[in-house]
Amino acid sequence: MKLTLAWLKRHLETSASLDEIVATLNRIGLEVEGVEDRSRDLAPFTAARVVSAELHPNAERLRVCLVETADAEVQVVCGAPNARAGMVGVFAPSGSHIPGTGLDLKNTVIRGVESRGMLCSEREMGLSDEHEGIIELPDQTPVGTSFAAFAGLDDPVIDLSVTPDRGDCFSVRGIARDLAAAGLGELLPLDTAPWPGTYDSPLAIELDFAPGTEDACPAFLGRHFRGLANGSSPEWMRRKLEAVGLRPITALVDITNWLTLDIGRPAHIYDARKVSGPIGARLARPGEDFEALNGKAYETDDTMTVIFDSSGMLGLGGVIGGAGTGADETTSEGFLEIALFDPLRTAATGRKLNLVSDARQRFERGIDNAFAAESMEIATRLILSICGGEASHVVTAGNVPRSRKQLEMRPSRILTLGGIEITPARAEGILGDLGFDVRQAGDDLWCVDVPSWRHDMECEPDVIEEILRIHGFDAIPMATLPRPGGIPRDALSTGQKRLRRARRILAGRGLDEAVTYSFIASGRASMFGGGDDGLELINPISSDMSAMRPSLVPGLLEAAARNQARGLRDPGLFEIGPVYHGIADQKTAIAGLRTGRTGPRHWCGGDRDVDTFDAKADAMAVLDAAGVPIGRLDTTADAETWFHPGRSGILRLGPKALASFGEVHPDILRSLDVTGPAVVFELHLEALPRPRTRSPSRPDLHLSRFQPVRRDFAFLVDSHVPASRVLRAITGTARTLIREVDVFDRYTGSGIADGKVSLAVAVTFQPEEASLTENEIESLSERIVEAVRKRTGGILRAQ
Amino acid sequence: MLFGPDMDDRITTILNDTLDAIAGAGDTAGLDAIRVATLGRKGSITLLMKGLGALDPQARRQAGQALNAAKNDLQSAIDRRREELDRERLEARLEAERIDVTLPERPASTGTVHPVSQATDEIIAILADLGFTVAEGPDIEDDWFNFGALNMPEEHPARQEHDTFYLPPVAGGTRPVLRTHTSPVQIRHMLENPPPIRIIAPGRTYRSDSDLTHTPMFHQVEGLVIDRDIHMGHLKGCLRQFVEAFFGVDDVPMRFRPSYFPFTSPSMEVDIGCSFSDNRLTIGEGAGWMEILGSGMVHPRVLANGGVDPEMWQGFAFGLGIDRLAMLKYAIPDLRGFFDADLRWLRHYGFRPLDVPTLYGGLTP
Repeated sequence: MKLTLAWLKRHLETSASLDEIVATLNRIGLEVEGVEDRSRDLAPFTAARVVSAELHPNAERLRVCLVETADAEVQVVCGAPNARAGMVGVFAPSGSHIPGTGLDLKNTVIRGVESRGMLCSEREMGLSDEHEGIIELPDQTPVGTSFAAFAGLDDPVIDLSVTPDRGDCFSVRGIARDLAAAGLGELLPLDTAPWPGTYDSPLAIELDFAPGTEDACPAFLGRHFRGLANGSSPEWMRRKLEAVGLRPITALVDITNWLTLDIGRPAHIYDARKVSGPIGARLARPGEDFEALNGKAYETDDTMTVIFDSSGMLGLGGVIGGAGTGADETTSEGFLEIALFDPLRTAATGRKLNLVSDARQRFERGIDNAFAAESMEIATRLILSICGGEASHVVTAGNVPRSRKQLEMRPSRILTLGGIEITPARAEGILGDLGFDVRQAGDDLWCVDVPSWRHDMECEPDVIEEILRIHGFDAIPMATLPRPGGIPRDALSTGQKRLRRARRILAGRGLDEAVTYSFIASGRASMFGGGDDGLELINPISSDMSAMRPSLVPGLLEAAARNQARGLRDPGLFEIGPVYHGIADQKTAIAGLRTGRTGPRHWCGGDRDVDTFDAKADAMAVLDAAGVPIGRLDTTADAETWFHPGRSGILRLGPKALASFGEVHPDILRSLDVTGPAVVFELHLEALPRPRTRSPSRPDLHLSRFQPVRRDFAFLVDSHVPASRVLRAITGTARTLIREVDVFDRYTGSGIADGKVSLAVAVTFQPEEASLTENEIESLSERIVEAVRKRTGGILRAQ
Repeated sequence: MLFGPDMDDRITTILNDTLDAIAGAGDTAGLDAIRVATLGRKGSITLLMKGLGALDPQARRQAGQALNAAKNDLQSAIDRRREELDRERLEARLEAERIDVTLPERPASTGTVHPVSQATDEIIAILADLGFTVAEGPDIEDDWFNFGALNMPEEHPARQEHDTFYLPPVAGGTRPVLRTHTSPVQIRHMLENPPPIRIIAPGRTYRSDSDLTHTPMFHQVEGLVIDRDIHMGHLKGCLRQFVEAFFGVDDVPMRFRPSYFPFTSPSMEVDIGCSFSDNRLTIGEGAGWMEILGSGMVHPRVLANGGVDPEMWQGFAFGLGIDRLAMLKYAIPDLRGFFDADLRWLRHYGFRPLDVPTLYGGLTP
């Protein structure tokens, strides 16, 4: 909502400065988005008389002008064809900033002649594109007159962000009322006395609603005008409309726009000779369509309120008028419509037709219905004073509601809800200034009549808010939130703690945390097990962001592709965030991606391609940090389809899958433009087993007095035998004695038969009771060899 | 004759010759050979000692003393020379092992924590100290939780400002939406937990809006306090404590502006004082104001929708934009880099993993 300072002052008698007004608006909840004060930019520019204009000695098209300004006579070189002695132009002294060109003016020498300023064109003033000649002011304009004042550009424009509940403040009047209540001046009275009509309206009006739908338009007022001269509206009105961004059209149209902005009262004026009575409102008939003022055609349905005459539909009530029946320059007879339209229906109609208008904006937020007749009188005075002519008696259909909403409030709640002591007298005074009527209804109970323009008042806290708002939120003393529990307990749940730990573990392992969008391209969702129609956005921002992601992996791969395309090496990323497997099936996933080499090339070497076991280690690190017993996990080679089928796996606790890891399938890499190698892991927080104990106490620590013994074995096994089976066979031979089993070499090639692999394993025995003798070690080794042979068919190659 | 009057001379000769040899030994092997040749089992000194038994007691004692003295001299000369040789050898080795220490070190591979995560952790650290716990809700919300329960029925004008993303209707139910704010967590939490309540709910939120200053996804943290006597003074005090702790600035100028949210009454927006210069923002000084949050006293209808009796309980709620707070605190000039995962951006604005924000150790490293 925009208004100008001068417009505001038509309603508010005030001596407050612009800065005070802006500060007060912010303080009472009418947020000022900006103030445009063009007079500040235009301050250096004043009227100046050209005393003489001689041809430039060295340039045909230039003139050397002697200019009389308020301060002195100044020599200016000017190229405008209309520069001549005696004219009054707009002078810009050296040092001024030219708004139209953005340049700072300096003293210069133009072809040998000094120039100490400029006579400005409209373009240089930022007013239009006109640059043929310089601005000519009327000859009698006194030298030194501020150009901004002369051009009516000295009226600051205030841009307000009005919250949707404050329909009343979508008008200058409403804003003035709030400011007056806040102590910034007096609200000036409006002349709403009934204007005596001089004849009966030749057009009748009617409301045609089936029972139960009358609320669509409870009242319709009309007035006929004749003898009108519909020229352009007066300068005071035009300038204000222009200042707030409305293009003046004709006086009658400007007047209806004025009413909308000035008192928040949308109105419509018809050329009375283009309509045939009766005029009225009803619900639209099936399939009814019409062409609106904006030149577009709209089809209606039977929930929409339309204005009709005997020829059919004219416009959409409360939203937009029709083409062809509006007033134009030739209009001499007019018919003014002031009607009440239901906010909900108006909002729904506008939404369905995607039609935004100043009228809709006000009707859907609620206008001051009770003010309909008074609005008609204000409009009448404007029309008659601007366009001349005479007005008919008012014709009315329906009833203007007069009853006011009543709310109860307890004055004690100002303190208990608002946290501030405000005397009942002060509170009552504020409410009175805002148009409320307050009656004592009991001990600590007020009955409050809500003004007809305040549709936002629904309950006691709303009324309290009004008192606090005008009194000032800044006055409410700060209070410390009590801490009844003393030192607080954990703020995070087990799951939240796991996520936090995972985040810092993964960052510590060299991955950079990414946050990517929760929606991805539909086709990509399908590649990763998603693509369910139920998870497609109906109104995505683009097709690349249309499906709720089933996995974090596509987002990470896309991010890697973007980085690779920018020439950034080896992106390693992780993300922790939601994935979606159904409308009510959201999971929190943790995923990490490594690509390319393990590190930059380095003179000591040590870098290599990333591989599946990097991803497996990342997954294990996260699981370990989450308290999962990673020693008990099994690995199966059956990861999802987006993995390389032979280089991926699932980590399981018993049958339960906890995490997937492996190389990304080459088809996926190609399709997402990622240069491999690329390995990922992903897991879902919800799949992790609950921690077995919440106790901080650790199990007892046993430190053996006896030295551990290590023995190495190399087994020759079939290459399809999983290493985990060999390890399990070894561990199973002496669970209490065998503390660690590590695979320290895996070898195929020369000396090893095709289809076989040599696995070298280091086994650590930890005796607890007594040192192991050579014989005991020998016998343990034999049992290990035998167990491996029996479980895996592997034979001992070396020991 | 093995022993004779020239015995002393012989010992002296051996001693002097051998001492010369020791001094000239170039390595420990040579030194060992000298030791064997003199003090070894068949060494010259040893042999002389073995022959002592044949002498008369007088001569034996005399020769024995001389031999022992010579043996001791030789042994300590050998030990000294051995130490010298060892030291020379070590010095030679150390010299040979000299490397160019100006070469670059091995690359460390430390990653980063995203500023949104870091800011969230900071917010939690502060508010946890005031007794808030962290609650959660889903991103895909029921229309009722996102709007209806929050006093925003279907035709409410405030809905238009939410630019909602919709999902296809579910059988027999309403149209699911991507939550436009974290406020539905208020309702979910109240329905499952009786008051008193003190929670925050950080998370992703979505609005169909994309330009220089808006991304279709952003992060909010909701706060909700419900108790018997909580009033606007507590709200203001809580927010002031939060803002001062978060920005690490005392006496931040704050402006509490009346505003409107359907789910609070009274409602207010909060601005903090700041200044812009050289395209950088400084919190706590200057003439500018920056809006950072919306808040208010929970609307009685919202309490009722959460199963809480508004005649017995009251409290406040607030909603903070995490991305915006991160931008302000860490001087990140625009929102566009947040969700692009550009490595240069992540490494520039990200945080080291061990810089965990705490109140005792400081929120900021």
